Amino acid sequence: MRFKTQMITIALLLSSISSLQVAFASTLVYCSEGSPETFNPQLSTSGTTFDASSRQIYNRLVEFKPGTTEIVPGLALRWDVSKDGLEYTFHLRQKVSFHNTGYFTPSRHFNADDVLFSFNRQRDTSDPWYKVSGGVYKYYNDMEFNSLIRDVIKLDDYQVKVVLSRPGSPFLSNMAMDFASILSKEYADAMMKAGTPEQLDLKPVGTGPFMFVKYEKDAFIRYQAHPAYWRGREKIAKLVFAITVDPSVRSARLRTGECHVMAYPLPTDIKSMKKNPSIVVDEQPGLNTAYWAFNLQKPPFDKARVRQAMNYAINRQAILDVIYQGTGTIAYSVIPPGIWSWKGPDNTYVYNPDRAKKLLAEAGYAEGFEIDLWAMPVQRPYNPNARKMAVLMQQDLQKIGIKANIVTYEWGTYLKKSRDGEHQTILLGWTGDNGDPDNFFTPLLSCAAMETGNNRSFWCNKQFDDLISLARIEQDKAKRTKLYRLAESIFKQDAPWMTIAHSVRYQPYLKNVQGLRIDPFGGIYFTGVSLN
Amino acid sequence: MLKLLLHRLLFVIPTFIGIVALTFFLIRLAPGDPILLMAGEHGVSPQRYAELRQQLGFDQPILLQFTGYLWQVLNGNLGISVVTQTPVLEEFGKLFPATLELAIIAMILAVAIALPAGVLAAVKRNTIIDHSITAVSLVGYSMPIFWWALLLILLFSVNLGWMPVAGRLNFIYDIESVTGFMLIDTVLAGDRGAFLDALRHLTLPAIVLATIPLAVITRMTRSSMLEVLKQDYIRTARAKGLSESAVIFKHALRNALIPVITVIGLQTSILMTGAILTETIFSWPGIGKWLLEAVYRRDYPVVQGGVLLIAGLVILVNTVVDMLYVVINPRLRQQ
Repeated sequence: MRFKTQMITIALLLSSISSLQVAFASTLVYCSEGSPETFNPQLSTSGTTFDASSRQIYNRLVEFKPGTTEIVPGLALRWDVSKDGLEYTFHLRQKVSFHNTGYFTPSRHFNADDVLFSFNRQRDTSDPWYKVSGGVYKYYNDMEFNSLIRDVIKLDDYQVKVVLSRPGSPFLSNMAMDFASILSKEYADAMMKAGTPEQLDLKPVGTGPFMFVKYEKDAFIRYQAHPAYWRGREKIAKLVFAITVDPSVRSARLRTGECHVMAYPLPTDIKSMKKNPSIVVDEQPGLNTAYWAFNLQKPPFDKARVRQAMNYAINRQAILDVIYQGTGTIAYSVIPPGIWSWKGPDNTYVYNPDRAKKLLAEAGYAEGFEIDLWAMPVQRPYNPNARKMAVLMQQDLQKIGIKANIVTYEWGTYLKKSRDGEHQTILLGWTGDNGDPDNFFTPLLSCAAMETGNNRSFWCNKQFDDLISLARIEQDKAKRTKLYRLAESIFKQDAPWMTIAHSVRYQPYLKNVQGLRIDPFGGIYFTGVSLN
Repeated sequence: MLKLLLHRLLFVIPTFIGIVALTFFLIRLAPGDPILLMAGEHGVSPQRYAELRQQLGFDQPILLQFTGYLWQVLNGNLGISVVTQTPVLEEFGKLFPATLELAIIAMILAVAIALPAGVLAAVKRNTIIDHSITAVSLVGYSMPIFWWALLLILLFSVNLGWMPVAGRLNFIYDIESVTGFMLIDTVLAGDRGAFLDALRHLTLPAIVLATIPLAVITRMTRSSMLEVLKQDYIRTARAKGLSESAVIFKHALRNALIPVITVIGLQTSILMTGAILTETIFSWPGIGKWLLEAVYRRDYPVVQGGVLLIAGLVILVNTVVDMLYVVINPRLRQQ
C-alpha cells in the first residue's frame, strides 16, 4: 500500500512536466501501424513500406493527383505517346533537387540518368544493382513490366523514351505506382563505390517533400521537410512516424494528443471517435473488393443458373452489418466506386431466397446439394473476418437446401491450393494497385488469368475477354468506360462470382490538422498538410 | 566455482546444437511458404517462384541447407532477414537493449515489493495482512496482461493524463542512441527533462511486466518462509534470545531465499526473452514483438537466429542462478 502512495506521488511529480507534450507545433506525429521492411519501394509490396518511403521521400515520373486515382505530371512535365501506343517519351522536369541529407550531398539535379538507373535495377538481371538487398522486385513483375518494357532509352539529359512490347493504356497508371519511384543514381554510385550498396535501400535519398532523418525499428521514423522541394517547401517542418502496432493504443495516443494522425482504427472505435469533439474522422470506400468465386470446373457450378441462385441466396446486408459493422458498402460491381468506370448501384441481385430456390429447381437441383465453402484464415483489407462470414453464408445457404462445409488452410497454402483449382467455392478479394479498371478485370477474370490461377472461377468468356482486351488498348477514357460497362453486364449475367463488399477506409486525425486528404489507395501523404 | 562453470559450459554445446536443429526443422515443418506469403493475392508465376527459391537458397536439399546453416552459425553468422535484408544479429542488437531495460526495471520493482510482502505475510500468518497479500498476489497472477495494460493506459494516460500512452520517449527529444538503454542515453546526453520523460514512459510497462513475477515471488517467499520458520534452528535462535528481526532476516530469510532465487531466475529469463504483449501494447521496440512477427512471415533466419540468441540468454541466466546458490548456501561450496 505504501508503495502505491509513493507511486502516485511520483506520478504527480512527473506529470508536472507533461505540458511539454504539446510544444513544437510544426512537428506532426503520425501513429503508424508497423515498421517498414525497407526504404526502397522497388523492393516491397507493403503499404506500410510505401507510406514510409515512396509517399514521403520519392517522386515518380507521373503521379496520382492527391485524393484521387487521376494521373498528373510528376518528375515528367509531359509525355508523348506514339501512334501505335508502343513508345512513351517523357519530358523531364529541370532543376529538381535531391535531398541534401547529412549522409549525402548531391552535386547535380535530377536527370535522365536517374530514371534509367531506377528502371534498369528492376529490369536488367545483369545490372550490378539487380541482386542488391535480395533483388526481389515483386511489383515490377506483378504489373508485368518485365515483359511489357522492352527498353528505356535516354534521348538527352531531359528526355527518356520507354519502348513497350504491346500497347496498353494502364501503363501510365502503373508508372504512378510506388515501385516506379525515382532514386538518385549519383547516391547509388557513391554507395557502390564505398562498398555499401544496401545503404541505398536503408538510408534513402529522393526528390520528394520530406527527407529521411532517422529510423529506429519498431520505435519511430523521423523526417524533415525538404527545403528545396520542387513543388515548394512543406508547412510541416518535422514529421515523425510513431510506430504503434496495437490499434486500441493508437487511438488512445490520438485521444491524448501523443499523435496528430493515426493509421487504421478499429471499426469498433469509430463511433466514439466521431463523438469526440477534438477528432475528425474522414471516410471513403477503399479500392478493394471482397468476392465469393464459384469454380466452373466443379459441378454444379458449371451451370450459370446455379451461380445466379447463389447470388440471390446470400443476404449481403446482414454480412455488412455483422462482419463489417458499418465499415463496408455493398459491392455491386467487380470494381469499387473509387474507379472511374464504376457504374453506380445496380440491383441485378437482391436477396431473394425464393428466387434462388426456383433457379436451383430449373437447373435440376430442387433437392439441394452439398458444397465446400473456402474461407481464408486471415484478416484482409477487404474482409475483416472471412470465417465468420462463411458461417453467416452457411445459414443462408441452408435455407435453400444447400449444405455448405467450411474449409480453411494456412494463408499461403490457401492461396496455392485455390490457384490450383482445388476449391469448389472460395472467399477472397483484391486490392487495387493503380486505380485502372483493367487492374481488376484482367488479373482476376481474363482467360489468361486462368493460367496464373488468379481467375479463381476458371471462368473464360470469349465475349467478356474480347471486350476487356479492347478496353486495355483503347486510349480514350469515354470509350473505355463503355467497353468496361458492357463487359460487366456479361459478368453479371454469367455470374462467376458473387461480389460481396468494398471495405470503407477511415482516417481519424486531430482537429488542428489541416489539409489532410484521404487516399483512395489506402496510403498516407503529408503534402499540403499543416498544423494550427 | 570454476569447475562448476566448466561443467556448465560442456552442457551448453550439445544444447545449442539441439536448439539449432530443432528450430531449423520445426519452422520448416510449419505450413506456410515465405515466398507465397510475400506474394499474397497477386500470386507468383512458377518460373519466378523457382527463381526466388534459388535466390533464397530454398532449392537445395534440406540437409545441405541445415549443414550450411550450422557452419554459418559456428562462424558467428546468423544470416540475413528475408523481409528486411538486415543481418539478424544487428537487428537483435538494436532491439535487445529495450527489452533488457524494461526487464531489469520490472524485476527490480517486483523483487523490491515481493520479498518484504512475502516475509510479512509469513510472519503475520493467518492475519488479515497475510490474507490480503495472498489475495492480491492471486489476482495479480491471474490478471490477463492485455486487459491490465489497457486498463492502466485508460486510467493513467487517457483519463488522468499523468502518463504517456506508449513509446520510450516524447518526440520533442531527439536523443542519440549510444547504449540503447534510454535511461542511460538520456543521462549521457545530459538532458534532465528527457531522463524524467524516459522514466515516465517506463512506468506503466514496468508495472504491467512486474505484475506476474511480483505475484509469483511473493507467494514463493511466503511459503518458503513458513517452511523455514518451523525449523528447529529458528526455535534455537529464538531460545538464544535473539531479537525477532535478527531471527527473521538473518536466520530465516537467508535460508528461505534458495527456492526464491530459482523462481527469480526463471522469471528473469521469461522477461528477458521479450514480453510480447507488453511490448506490443506499449509500442516498446523489443525482441518479443520482433520474433513474433518473424514467425508470422516465416522469416526463417530471424526465427532461427532469434531463438538461438534467446536460448543463449536463458542458459546464461540459469548459470548465474546456479552460481548464486553457491554464494548463498555455504554447504554447496564444499561439495
